[in-house]
Amino acid sequence: MKSGSKLMKLSELARILDASFLSGEEQSDIEIFKVGASDFMSDILAALSEGGVLLTGLITIQAVKTAVISGCSVIIFVRNKEPDSQVIELARMHDIPLLSTPCSMFVSCGRLYAEGLIGLSGSR
Amino acid sequence: MPSFKKCFNIRSRDFIHAGEASIAVQQLLKQMHVDSNLIRRIAICGYEGEMNVVMHGGDGLFCVEIDKNKIVLNISDDGQGIKDIAKVMEKGFSTATDEYREMGFGAGMGLPNMEKNADNMIIESENENGTTVQMTFFTKSA
Repeated sequence: MKSGSKLMKLSELARILDASFLSGEEQSDIEIFKVGASDFMSDILAALSEGGVLLTGLITIQAVKTAVISGCSVIIFVRNKEPDSQVIELARMHDIPLLSTPCSMFVSCGRLYAEGLIGLSGSR
Repeated sequence: MPSFKKCFNIRSRDFIHAGEASIAVQQLLKQMHVDSNLIRRIAICGYEGEMNVVMHGGDGLFCVEIDKNKIVLNISDDGQGIKDIAKVMEKGFSTATDEYREMGFGAGMGLPNMEKNADNMIIESENENGTTVQMTFFTKSA
């Protein structure tokens, strides 16, 4: 963790985004400090994603596989998007909590930035 | 670490299973207590490679070979091949369709990302005659 960045429990992050859990609610106590937002999975794969939150509008199985491969701890789908059950099942298998927020990508990023979270590279 | 080789089949346009070989290799390397940063680099290269085969290649083969000083990923396919290898190494160059972009890939970052994460990468391709990408990762004991 980069010094000076804020640690936030997943339950608090869910509250800030008015987000609901699609899976992995038992992990609501894990602590988050960085976030990456993209619909392009190569962007996430190219970044320092380990331990980060993936904020995306992509609800395909590739979003979960990208999180598994890159080490993202959590996926949050924007604009109330929900993936199908096969995607949720894969996330459960790999212990990656999935959440869905009514906020847009822009508003989600704004709210989390305002709370002190940092980008995947550690910058603000 | 004893020498070890394992291969997986990749099927053209099989987006549901694409990535499974890389995740299996990731789990295998974790069990072998390989350095976690190295595992992540290998898994990222593998996944980008698998997606390339599924999107652009034909059917393919994904092999990992682990020996004392290095881990080698060899991803080959029998697809259309690459006409201009220098061109596909440029960031942002892509021949992907909108269908692929809707799945979060095809932004022209795959091969540059693989090259960045591998210690050595060799692409061999003939027009209409498939592509082989070999990536080598040196372990710390090298």
